[in-house]
Amino acid sequence: MDVSMTVNGSTHSSDVEPRTLLVHHLRDGLGLTGTNIGCDSSSCGACTVHMNGESVKSCTVLAVQADGQDITTIEGLADTARADGSSTGDMDWHPMQEAFQQCHALQCGYCTPGMVMASVSFLKENPNPTEAQIREGLEGNLCRCTGYHNIVKAVESVAGGAS
Amino acid sequence: MIPAAFDYTVAESADHAIQLLGEYGDEAKLLAGGHSLIPMMKYRLATPTQLIDVGRLDDLSYIRRDNGHIAIGAMTKHAQLETSDVLAADCPMLQHVAALVGDPSVRHRGTLGGTLAHSDPASDLPAAVLALGGTIVAKGPNGQREIASSEFFTGYFESVLAEDEMIVEVKVPAGTAGWNYQKFNRRAQDWAIVGVAVADGGAGISLVNMGSTPIRATAAEEALAGGASIADAAALAAQDTDPPEDLNADGEYRAHLARVLTQRALEAANG
Repeated sequence: MDVSMTVNGSTHSSDVEPRTLLVHHLRDGLGLTGTNIGCDSSSCGACTVHMNGESVKSCTVLAVQADGQDITTIEGLADTARADGSSTGDMDWHPMQEAFQQCHALQCGYCTPGMVMASVSFLKENPNPTEAQIREGLEGNLCRCTGYHNIVKAVESVAGGAS
Repeated sequence: MIPAAFDYTVAESADHAIQLLGEYGDEAKLLAGGHSLIPMMKYRLATPTQLIDVGRLDDLSYIRRDNGHIAIGAMTKHAQLETSDVLAADCPMLQHVAALVGDPSVRHRGTLGGTLAHSDPASDLPAAVLALGGTIVAKGPNGQREIASSEFFTGYFESVLAEDEMIVEVKVPAGTAGWNYQKFNRRAQDWAIVGVAVADGGAGISLVNMGSTPIRATAAEEALAGGASIADAAALAAQDTDPPEDLNADGEYRAHLARVLTQRALEAANG
């Protein structure tokens, strides 16, 4: 079945089986392996990407459901383009990526792409959250290393910086 | 983990979806947000050979006031319920319960019509609609019919919906009178081990995960209406229930939870 979707600003047309999951299409079809597969059952959030700007768990979205939609993965979050469209050659990290680094909001890093994507989506909907709201807002993303404290600090620092 | 093979068709309208359901019969399933159906298909608990995608029917995505009721399009997502000004003003219970379903990413995809059609007794929103005395509007080849939520659920993952019917709208009475929702679980984003929804000060009390369907705690409702105290009414909350047993709780513990949570919900709703 033919599907066409915008992924990180570029249009990709592909022929997929209807049962292909979006996460498999991104990783295996388009080579975007930044999105991880964790639980495979929409519990852990490792596969979180944005669909039309909102966080979704790409293990529970069919690639055919994403036909015609706008997808952003962790690879599309950093900005490599200058305002005039030319490439800087360097990654211009998204503020959330910067904050995860500054706050040491990761250890093994497996949950990090999904955690960052969920955090960006959360702050977009809740620009001035309390600490408790951040913890609840990230309840769909599991981290087995950090105990979450530094992840929450990273999100708080971006929220504070934005206000 | 991927589902068994199936064919996929995008419905262009509710009528188109109903026509396709008629053509494919019980081989077909409607796909809305997919956050119940796709996991079930991965686990081979459901193996439809034809999916009809109704999730793109934007004309079924709305929340509006309608003559004392609030009419909600079947494809309205939980996240839209959660952020709805109409619900905040006129049906805060539904808004509150929607915000407790799954997690934010799940709520970006899951739909009110989908969760009702799925008829999971452990889900939050079906019990909320039941406590509110909501109505489900279903459309089939011969037109629309309105089904009282008290008549809608018939068993585990089963409802009175015919094979060629789809939910197009859900109506709930507008009202802000004493309400509360108690969701008891041990981990974030889990289903309720038991949940209790109270609407209209206790005129509507419904239970989550206390049987094969979301159910009204009729004995407690009647006792309350007859003048019993909250404590005496709540003591009847588990009457005529058939709670499931699983690793979280046995039936006796669930019955205990139903009584305790009903008391808490009634006290909060009338506090």
